[in-house]
Amino acid sequence: MTTTTTSTRTPAEPKGSVGSAHTRVEGRDKVTGTARYAGDIPFADLAYGWLVLSTVARGRVSSVETAPVLEMPGVLEVLHHGNAPRVDRDFNGLMGVPPDPTTGLFQDDRVPHMGWPVALVVAETPEQAREAAETLVVNYEAEPHDVDFSGARPDAYALDGHMPAVTEKGDLEEQLAASAVVVDAEYTTPEEHHSMMEPHAATARWDGGRLDVLDSNQGATWVQNDLAKLFSLDPGAVRVRSEHIGGGFGSKGLRAHQVAAVMAATVLQRPVRVTMTRRQMFSLAGYRSPTTQRVRLGADADGRLRALEHDSLNLTSSVHEYVEPSAGVARVMYDADAHRTVNRVVRLDVPTPTWMRAPGEAPGSFALESALDELAEKCGIDPIELRVRNDPERGPVSGLPFAGRNLVACFREGARRFGWADRDPRPGLRRDGRWLLGTGTAAASFFAGAGPSTARVTAEADGTFTVRIAASDLGTGARTALALVAADALGVPADRIRMHIGDSDFGPAMIAGGSMGTRSWAWAITAAAGELRERLALSGDVPPEGITVRSDTTEAVRALAQKERHSFGAQFAEVAVDPATGEVRVRRMLGIFAAGRIINPLTARSQLVGGMIWGISMALHEEAVRDSGSGGLVGADLAGYHVAANADVALVEADWIDDPDPEDPVGIKGIGEVGIVGAAAAIANAVWHATGVRHRHLPIRPDRVLLAGTATGTDTGGGADA
Amino acid sequence: MAPSPSPSSTPTRSTLTLRVNGEEHTLSVDHRTTLLDALRERLDLTGTKKGCDQGQCGACTVLLDGRRAVSCLQLAVAAEGREVTTIEGMAEDDRLHPVQQAFLDLDGYQCGYCTPGQICSAVAVIEEHAAGWPSAVTEDVRPEAGPPPLTAEEIRERMSGNLCRCGAYVSIVQAVARAAGTGAGRPAEGAESTEAAA
Repeated sequence: MTTTTTSTRTPAEPKGSVGSAHTRVEGRDKVTGTARYAGDIPFADLAYGWLVLSTVARGRVSSVETAPVLEMPGVLEVLHHGNAPRVDRDFNGLMGVPPDPTTGLFQDDRVPHMGWPVALVVAETPEQAREAAETLVVNYEAEPHDVDFSGARPDAYALDGHMPAVTEKGDLEEQLAASAVVVDAEYTTPEEHHSMMEPHAATARWDGGRLDVLDSNQGATWVQNDLAKLFSLDPGAVRVRSEHIGGGFGSKGLRAHQVAAVMAATVLQRPVRVTMTRRQMFSLAGYRSPTTQRVRLGADADGRLRALEHDSLNLTSSVHEYVEPSAGVARVMYDADAHRTVNRVVRLDVPTPTWMRAPGEAPGSFALESALDELAEKCGIDPIELRVRNDPERGPVSGLPFAGRNLVACFREGARRFGWADRDPRPGLRRDGRWLLGTGTAAASFFAGAGPSTARVTAEADGTFTVRIAASDLGTGARTALALVAADALGVPADRIRMHIGDSDFGPAMIAGGSMGTRSWAWAITAAAGELRERLALSGDVPPEGITVRSDTTEAVRALAQKERHSFGAQFAEVAVDPATGEVRVRRMLGIFAAGRIINPLTARSQLVGGMIWGISMALHEEAVRDSGSGGLVGADLAGYHVAANADVALVEADWIDDPDPEDPVGIKGIGEVGIVGAAAAIANAVWHATGVRHRHLPIRPDRVLLAGTATGTDTGGGADA
Repeated sequence: MAPSPSPSSTPTRSTLTLRVNGEEHTLSVDHRTTLLDALRERLDLTGTKKGCDQGQCGACTVLLDGRRAVSCLQLAVAAEGREVTTIEGMAEDDRLHPVQQAFLDLDGYQCGYCTPGQICSAVAVIEEHAAGWPSAVTEDVRPEAGPPPLTAEEIRERMSGNLCRCGAYVSIVQAVARAAGTGAGRPAEGAESTEAAA
């Protein structure tokens, strides 16, 4: 077995700024602590709001005993369903779906889940607000609740989300019957939480007749639009700023804290800050639904797929329909004569799940890419060769051509660097002292899209250029990448560019989500910069106020031809398993991606590696456990919910192959999510290779490994359904 | 050291003097105020971050008399008479601390929210190691064995009190190694700076 990964090749020296490594534009502010996040911005006369959450999982608020709390030192107000300002939730937000149900806080006495916001205590200091909130007595008429998620729910139903619930072609049973080899297995993934390091925080204030919100979010104009609709305000009367964001991962949209802050600022007519506590985030910040997935594969003896079925079930709340489209990954990855995919949901008395890094693809790829590995084993074919044989020329469901599908190239490059050719496919053979060793691989893909955006680029009289766009840098490096894109579009060095982002006053722009942010914003900046450059070529004189060009990519993005547009990748993992303790360690990982043109290799590598580390965390650690009795989570904090720590992560490397998108002005596809996709499957497949036992339920906890045991030599045993 | 009762003390408030980054600040605080909240809400030193407020994430790490501590689990009144060093006190004027410079150059962060705590921890880790403190992964813990090599494994273990959800651990380990001058971890490629116009 190889123990090292071949090091990075030296790429050709690029011209211009794009393609060469640049440290972050705001890097100095971040390492010196001067970068101000939403909860860091001081205001005179600031009041502090503290949310009070329900302690029952279903029922009604019968009374809120505000009088004693209002007598407490420093307490200014207690908002609840009996006295809070009304909001209008009857609209679809900028994302095309109704706003999160918690934005309807304090509108009625219903409690749809444990941890629902039932009151906001506002006080002069955080200490006073917290004590008053913990003192406040709220009485409930509790009702029986149901939070039990399982694949056997009779009340599950198919649900369209951003894609149709069901796709099917061919006769599945007929093709399965005709197959030489069949895999039929159920896989599960648990409830997972974003757990970004910065808790959601918002400060709201009225400033000269305008609502001003300092927030931490994934889209300033998104939150501005939805807040305006919610409070029946003209969008121009609302300004939302979000300069630095301490991680988002899908969770930082419009949520209860901004709405509560606006309500309190309106009632008190002074600035009010509402910050979620870490424990509150576990019921207010959204999460990834658990999934139960059944995958059936039928193939000829040479591994060619005849039948593919991917059926996924997730939960949603009683007050919102959210679908985690895990079966969608099969619509992109593999074709078969009979092909069926379905996404189903079941409604329970739980908080509302939401998008979390690679929604659909992350859990879906665990099931599908594990099943492929099982098929490779049964057919006696190398797992990479199996994927090469089943690499489709067109979209398996859509029939559309791919706008670049360099998956096989990723596998070839990854196999070379990882040392895959030396691999003995038989499981349970390699030892290093007490450790059993194994390697595994899996494919990755994520949708590559773009959203309409506007940008303004100004040529200043001093020779610098100012870019204004309502982009969000969640830590992705977007701010820096966009500066490089602007520099090249203007034909100037990157140090001549000043970036201003995260302000709804800059006009509509795509959110930081769906791996589409940087691509969408770069498109708008390129368009504005190109026109500005032409204007400057006509007349070199720049007046004191500068020359500004505004772009809007709405038409250009709409004109994109219908194709299968995705980033791809090949994930490799080497694990060590201690059969005596059940501990699994990931010794090294390598991901090779085909993800469009890479703008800034330094930050792109960080983002892809970060996604792969999410995969380690998903495979081995993360699991929120819901208690049937109370309807709440057990250990809803960062001790009870373990995300990968430094000691959990050894050598993780990411690299890419040349894969520019010819239909994007900059060549970008998107790298935010593809890094996590397939990572957990590669690790699970490596655990099988180490132990000879399949683990189909995440996370692969020590107790599951111990209960499942090991199978030595070529006796591969069955599966671990612990 | 417990603060001596001062004339301005009441059953719920005390006036105390906090020494932060070499400067003395006299302020009246609610006894419930944590050192973290005193820094952030009273002294406008918001570089120290609140990630969990219960000692689990490390984002609020500061140095207390040179040793790292999570400031969310320290009451402000208990910090009187101690030397508090926060991220704002790491650089000397415009010159970054070597740990800060290494985090910047090697991209040892993404969103930056855990970064002040990571940097404070890293500064202390390097000093703890130099002073011969063993860690849970140190093979030979006898005092006469001296400091163990500051390998990547040692750094990972010693830095595990600071969570980074973006998953910047690989570059964090490289940055700590570079700052410690050991060369542990894989060297990253050089990066040009775009700071000038920031």
